[in-house]
Amino acid sequence: MHIPDGFLAAPVWAPLWAAAAAGLAGCVRSVQRSLSDRAVPLMGVMAAFIFAAQMLNFPVAGGTSGHLLGGVLAAVLLGPWAGALVIAVVLVVQCLLFQDGGLTALGANIVNMSFVGSACGYWIYAAVRTATSGKTLVAAAAAAWCSVVLASAACAVELALSGTVPLRTALPAMVAVHALIGVGEAAITCLVVASVLKVRPDLVPGKAGCA
Amino acid sequence: MRVKAREILIGLSAALLLALVLSPFASSSPDGLEKVAERQGFLAKGEGEPALKAPVPDYAWPGVADEGRATRIAGVVGTLVTFAAAWGVAALIRRV
Repeated sequence: MHIPDGFLAAPVWAPLWAAAAAGLAGCVRSVQRSLSDRAVPLMGVMAAFIFAAQMLNFPVAGGTSGHLLGGVLAAVLLGPWAGALVIAVVLVVQCLLFQDGGLTALGANIVNMSFVGSACGYWIYAAVRTATSGKTLVAAAAAAWCSVVLASAACAVELALSGTVPLRTALPAMVAVHALIGVGEAAITCLVVASVLKVRPDLVPGKAGCA
Repeated sequence: MRVKAREILIGLSAALLLALVLSPFASSSPDGLEKVAERQGFLAKGEGEPALKAPVPDYAWPGVADEGRATRIAGVVGTLVTFAAAWGVAALIRRV
């Protein structure tokens, strides 16, 4: 759901750029306090993996494709702030090198996929994990699905505010297709978290917030 | 708790393998947002001049005739650049 240039009006994308910058500065401050040495190379690996996985579009119904966003995956392994930073790095590389997502829309894409997709996704993960008394995979799957649907809803609101398409058509359309794509997100997130749990269970933090 | 160099290499290799082996087989159907844009008639709005001309548009390495190979090269380069960028950002944050 990388928004290209032209979909958003300046009064919408400019404040979102500011919000993205402010949010990322907040992430940097939080990460400074909490990032352990081991997480530094791990952030590189996580970003590389998510970049590669995002290239692998899988077909969903009706001639549409989707790909992993990876927000919850990154946040489960790195915590919400480092997770959001990793997704932001991926989005910046995709925008600057591959024209995937417009430069004007970069702030919106960071807000949708880093903040909504990763940081908010993490809180859903943490809440479900607590509610299910520690069922990591169930929580990761549920949060992964929710994160994609919520990010698509945020995108629909931005499109509507830009006058590109009315909210009453954009919101149901975006949420419907991403409810399907979210199933793929949940499956891939589950698969990767399960693999990590098998080989390095200590990389999946037991308590909320510790990276 | 420390992550060993070998484990970093395994993780990076997994990412590179995805980019190298699987990327040409990715679905080329429009993604969720593109599909919605197509159906609701605003796709053209996004097809003007981009604000910034990226060197490798659409994940196809320029000058490589074979489509699959162009995608593989773009994928591998992108994976390495992303790896370095995220590691660099994290290291910078740790240091200051």
